[in-house]
Amino acid sequence: MPIFLQVPFQKKDIQGLTAGERVLLSGTVYTARDAAHKRMDDQLIEGKPFPFDIEGQVIYYVGPTPAKPGQVIGSAGPTTSGRMDKYTPKLLDLGLGGMIGKGYRSEEVKQSIVKNRAIYFGAIGGSAALIARSIKAVEMIAYEDLGTEAIRKLTIENFPVIVINDVHGNDLYREGVEKYRQI
Amino acid sequence: MREIHYDDIVQKVADMCIEANYDLGEDVYNAFKAALKTEKSETGKEVLAQLIENADIATELRVPMCQDTGTVVCIVELGQECQIVGGSLYDAINDGIRKGYGKGYLRNSIIRNPIDRKNTNDNTPGIVHIELVEGNQVKIKMTAKGGGAENMSDLKMLKPSDGLEGIKKYILDVVRVAGPNACPPLIVGIGIGGNFERCAYLAKKSLFRHVGKRHPDPAVAKLETELMDDINRLGIGPQGMGGTTTALDIKIEVEACHIAALPVAVNLNCHASRHKEAIL
Repeated sequence: MPIFLQVPFQKKDIQGLTAGERVLLSGTVYTARDAAHKRMDDQLIEGKPFPFDIEGQVIYYVGPTPAKPGQVIGSAGPTTSGRMDKYTPKLLDLGLGGMIGKGYRSEEVKQSIVKNRAIYFGAIGGSAALIARSIKAVEMIAYEDLGTEAIRKLTIENFPVIVINDVHGNDLYREGVEKYRQI
Repeated sequence: MREIHYDDIVQKVADMCIEANYDLGEDVYNAFKAALKTEKSETGKEVLAQLIENADIATELRVPMCQDTGTVVCIVELGQECQIVGGSLYDAINDGIRKGYGKGYLRNSIIRNPIDRKNTNDNTPGIVHIELVEGNQVKIKMTAKGGGAENMSDLKMLKPSDGLEGIKKYILDVVRVAGPNACPPLIVGIGIGGNFERCAYLAKKSLFRHVGKRHPDPAVAKLETELMDDINRLGIGPQGMGGTTTALDIKIEVEACHIAALPVAVNLNCHASRHKEAIL
């Protein structure tokens, strides 16, 4: 049975989640991928304000396709998270609660997840048409000039994810593979 | 000389771009269904079921199955007895991409150069390989190739003394390192031989062969089968979350090479393997 979780959340809400568990997220998340992360980081270095209140929020690594007429959003599956590793520990230190993406995180990010009691969720890469159905509203927040890479606030309902890295240091990518590895 | 018109190429390419992104090939779809029956991991089964449902939704709603609608790569088999009229073949293909990606609400993922990283906003240019062949037809084979799996691809100039065992070890290492990043279950494209750039091309080209279809040379087919078995024992599984379905298929293309050489290229394709072809 999946676990239901509201986002944004307080750190205490995610302490019981374990790598491998299926979770359905509802609430709001912010989109950001390569170009938006670089710009957020540049602005932090320059001492400029962050584009949204990051405390307890979840960032979804996605660059959606354009919405067709009548659609809220186009197809919107996760992109590879590792490209954001360079920026992630700083964001977790600022209060970011979690991330949704796909693929490995660096050792530094994994340690920062444990240190900050945060969480990394995996969405199913390539199931972008299915995921789009759980996105109910989209609001442009910042960096509109970046097009698909702009920061958008998504209102989501029962958005399907699986816990990859939990607050206890478990890693589904390591443990799941060990279980089935024969060579 | 048979004449083939620019506008006809534009239209064919535009149609293929849209269809490739909306309609998962039957070969891949059937491979999902077969894997669902054999996969040992519960999580892996759920992932596969979700991918089947996703393909159904994309076809039904006429939307892209994946938000990464890819780089367009075309292999054109150009008959030497035909002539393109009304403009250049390269321009026709790029016009087709522009048209298809606009009309199909597909994502523009191409930047004009890797230094300034400015989006071209129409998904051009595509990557076009032309092979001159006999006859008076033009066959255009296209793929919309996702960035995640392409990023985990690799090429190595092995030593001839590394032999078959060295080739196998290297390919398994690439798949292992790619893990969840390349969006498994994968289709693994392999080039062996040629030279540095030719080998990478062979690996890409191999991915155009249908899933489930073995190489006509029994020795190469045997290597494909053996590697497929080994890859699926790595434990990576659907989405790298653990399981017995790491690859849906593996394709190998081989070609002549220098006595000193053993080039091997591994071009990974995510499960959203989008390949179409048209004959003009």
